[in-house]
Amino acid sequence: MFAQHLPVLPIILPLMAAPLCILLGRSHLAWLLATLVSALSFVISVDVLLTTLEQGVLSYAIGGWQPPWGIEIRIDTASAMILSAVTGISTLVLVYAKESIAKEVDPSQHTLFYTAHLLCLTGLSGILSTGDAFNLFVFLEISSLATYTLVSLGSDKRCLTAAFRYLVMGTIGATFILIGVGMLYMKTGTLNMIDLADRIAEFNGNRTLKTGLAFILVGVSIKLALFPLHMWLPPAYTHAPSAVSAFLASTATKVAVYVMVRFIFTIYGAEFVFHTMSMDILLLALAIVAIFKCSFMATVQSNVKTVLAYSSVAQIGYMILGISLVSSVGLMAGLLHIFNHALMKGALFMAVGAVLLRTGSVDIKAFQGLGKQMPLTMAAFTIAGLSIIGVPLTAGFVSKWYLVTAALEQQQWVIAMLVLLGSLLAIIYIGRILEAAYFKEPSELTAGKDIKEAPMLMLVPMWVLVIANIYFGIDTSLTLSAADTAAQLLTQSMTEIEAAQ
Amino acid sequence: MISSLPLLPPFLPLLIGALAAIFLRGHLRSAVMLLTPIWGALQLAALEPGLYWAFEFLGYQLEPVRVDKLSLMFGYLFHLAAFIAVVYALHLKDTVQHVSGLSYAASAVGAVFAGDLLTLFVCWELLALTSVFLIWARRTDRAYSAGMRYIVIKVLSGVLLLAGAIIVINETGSAKFSDIGLGHEGLLNVGAWLIFVAFGIKCAFPFAHTWLTDSYPEATPTGTIFLASFTTKVAVYALARGFAGTELLVWIGVTMACFPIFYAVIENDLRRVLAYSMINQIGFMVVGVGIGTSLALNGAVAHAFNDVIFKGLLMMTMGAVLHMTGKINGSELGGLYKTMPKTTILCIVGAASISAFPLFSGFVSKSMIMSAAIEQGYDYVWLALLFAAAGVFHHAGIKIPYFAFFAHDSGIRTTEPPKNMLIAMTIAATLCVVIGTFPAQTVYALLPWQVSYQPYDLTHILTQLQLLFFSALAFVWLNKQSMYPPELPSTNLDSDWLYRKLAPGFLVPLYYSIIESMARVESMAKSGIKRLIDSSYDEAKEQPKGYFAQLWPTETMVFWVALLLAGILLLYYI
Repeated sequence: MFAQHLPVLPIILPLMAAPLCILLGRSHLAWLLATLVSALSFVISVDVLLTTLEQGVLSYAIGGWQPPWGIEIRIDTASAMILSAVTGISTLVLVYAKESIAKEVDPSQHTLFYTAHLLCLTGLSGILSTGDAFNLFVFLEISSLATYTLVSLGSDKRCLTAAFRYLVMGTIGATFILIGVGMLYMKTGTLNMIDLADRIAEFNGNRTLKTGLAFILVGVSIKLALFPLHMWLPPAYTHAPSAVSAFLASTATKVAVYVMVRFIFTIYGAEFVFHTMSMDILLLALAIVAIFKCSFMATVQSNVKTVLAYSSVAQIGYMILGISLVSSVGLMAGLLHIFNHALMKGALFMAVGAVLLRTGSVDIKAFQGLGKQMPLTMAAFTIAGLSIIGVPLTAGFVSKWYLVTAALEQQQWVIAMLVLLGSLLAIIYIGRILEAAYFKEPSELTAGKDIKEAPMLMLVPMWVLVIANIYFGIDTSLTLSAADTAAQLLTQSMTEIEAAQ
Repeated sequence: MISSLPLLPPFLPLLIGALAAIFLRGHLRSAVMLLTPIWGALQLAALEPGLYWAFEFLGYQLEPVRVDKLSLMFGYLFHLAAFIAVVYALHLKDTVQHVSGLSYAASAVGAVFAGDLLTLFVCWELLALTSVFLIWARRTDRAYSAGMRYIVIKVLSGVLLLAGAIIVINETGSAKFSDIGLGHEGLLNVGAWLIFVAFGIKCAFPFAHTWLTDSYPEATPTGTIFLASFTTKVAVYALARGFAGTELLVWIGVTMACFPIFYAVIENDLRRVLAYSMINQIGFMVVGVGIGTSLALNGAVAHAFNDVIFKGLLMMTMGAVLHMTGKINGSELGGLYKTMPKTTILCIVGAASISAFPLFSGFVSKSMIMSAAIEQGYDYVWLALLFAAAGVFHHAGIKIPYFAFFAHDSGIRTTEPPKNMLIAMTIAATLCVVIGTFPAQTVYALLPWQVSYQPYDLTHILTQLQLLFFSALAFVWLNKQSMYPPELPSTNLDSDWLYRKLAPGFLVPLYYSIIESMARVESMAKSGIKRLIDSSYDEAKEQPKGYFAQLWPTETMVFWVALLLAGILLLYYI
């Protein structure tokens, strides 16, 4: 009886716990509650993922109102896989956050931090679970508003400007999505995704629907920081508290990529978006420019958080590249990279947060000589960095491998070469930091200071992610089968159409 | 006793030794480091040919350990080389060098036993990553930047290998590393060529050879011994496995055998002279691989085997000189035979081996390749190799011992190197003589392909001795006429009058002009990249500047949003 309500719990639990955090009033208690709730959501998500792998799509009618009239929670393998990653990372980040925000966030705002974090988690889980286009917009706004708050909690004054810029851009994006969804509703009279998909197919290229697609694509592109709409991201990730950067970089933009996949593959249908509208060429071009321009930007930055932020934009380029290859393997590579990138970027930002805690700076100079002073933190940074580069035996290699395979399958071997060349740039920007940490003497920023290893509560979640990076680089059975099933489901309509032709 | 131990992958004993070297110190570490290569070699003896520990990864069958006669031969060789190098480095207290030396040897062993392209790629990258520390361990600025250039080229080779491997795996559907060959159709051809170029970079093909002569002489005296033993030999192994019988390799190999001679003769740094002669020796092996008959392939791997030992011996003697005097330039040395008589004798043994004197190891393997060339009708190749052999005798056989130990007395008074160095050199020298005298019982017994070959017949010995004596005569005469060291490259001329005219008059200037134009392209590319970096990165303040530093104002972002939306809409309405 209880099991049938499981799909809705990852949304409800954090939503209920968020106000409780404020009521508890004490930072320590709020931390405990938030962590427990997030961990519980994670356990449920994994259970849901395993269920979807066995039984296929899970559908849950909220309040007993049957779809398409009521709001439907609809979880398939793609959403369950990303949901597990999001709730898992959220739990680890919360464990990590206790020590991290003690230094970076004003003590009076600690409960606010946990509240905002849980609300953000609510929004993200909601986006991933819902089967309703308008409901998706609502959850997107919940998570976005919480995110603006989280970014503005940093102790650095510049975080306010960064949060404001993020707010303006995010709101434009959300508005565009709303306009797009509005146009869909106007024409079809429904908001349920499956229903929408059926009716859009009947219209066969209506101008309102096309305009709606344009608005939605641009709106989602802002949210997922697709080049050239990524400009809000680097300052936001740079100035936000480290725990927030770690959480957002590994979840928020990934969920936005998921939204794009949903709209393209489930609602509009890949056939319409890619073949009729030729959006694949546009996305492909933007993705490649994103990979190269932002990787290059990352190589010249002196603030390590900015380096990682630009690297995130570049990595998003890889995901979009996978999607725009318009094949089952390409989509699978994109989904796989969403999952794997969450693991590596989370670990990297956590390591940087630990450095910030101990040295008081995230300038590349602060990293000089840390190889000896903070060996465990820098070892974690090194392994996660190797994963970003795509070295074998790490998770990054697996997703790059499938990206290249997908490109080769389409005979696009120029693109395959570009993916590998992009990795060379990653070697440079990760290598600069490693060089500073292992081969340089401490700079004037840290010289003479007694720098200790990061506290246990930070090291444990960091290393959990690092070990996950290695584990999923060697034993790929779980991630592969999940991503493969998800991609098969999403491209089903596409293959059916191809078969019919 | 050993057989009761569980069977381990071949690379593991060395890796365990490397890990142990991190934590152990003093005599215990020395003992462990000496024992691991022996343990590893005994392990190999227990391995039967076949596949081990195969598993599935990303849907492909991976074979991390494939044992056959070819990989076993290189396996034994690498354990032997590791043992000699460890003995030679025993007096060091530098943990970095010990650890990276042993793990470097472990990756080389891993590479030759790799049965699939992905394992090969992993070992390929590990070879680069572990070896670069042997260069950096010199701890000079020159060594640091040489190491940087070294690692960049190595990583490039690795990326090419990966790209090629992905294509080949996708096209053929199997990850197995066996004969690849050139001249396929379509995409598979691109993949095969990428792998070929990746191997070629590590093998120091002409134009891709600069990393070798650039970095090896910058490494520590002991590090060079490790470096000289593994990387290029792994590449030769990979070529023999993947591209045996590719005719292009014959011509590449001949070029490699000939062109370094001109450089080696005018080079002053004696370790760099040896680096050039290394390319020249690899040239012989590449020719052997290119000819591809079983005699030629046997000759190539036998020569690789011997080269590791005699080139290691020469490098060790020069390392000993550098270690004791702090100098390595030919012009600053001389007269050392008075104070380092043992080292002098050992160096001469190495010189005799590399010059292929009968009864020394170089003779029994080099003559195999030469015979294979003539058997297959490569007459001109044979002549060129003869010329190369004479050149080797000049720069490695005579120049090295002469300038270091004899020549004019430089006034340096020193002593023999530490005992462990002498022991290591003696082991290598003994091997040179034993292999040269009893080839059938030693190297030939390990050869992977079935062939009966007798190096000691009258023609071979006579030809070789003639070549050597006339070569020596030329050196003595030129020295007497004070024409040596030669600004004139015309000293190399004892093998054939054709090359006297052709080489200095035509080939050398042509080669120089190609090198020059390549340097010009390189400097143009460098200045372009530098301008790009200058415009985006403020060196003094260590922060980005210009276009890349500006924070985009919100209106710019919104402008892009509008532009993109308008663009997409326009696209729809067309």
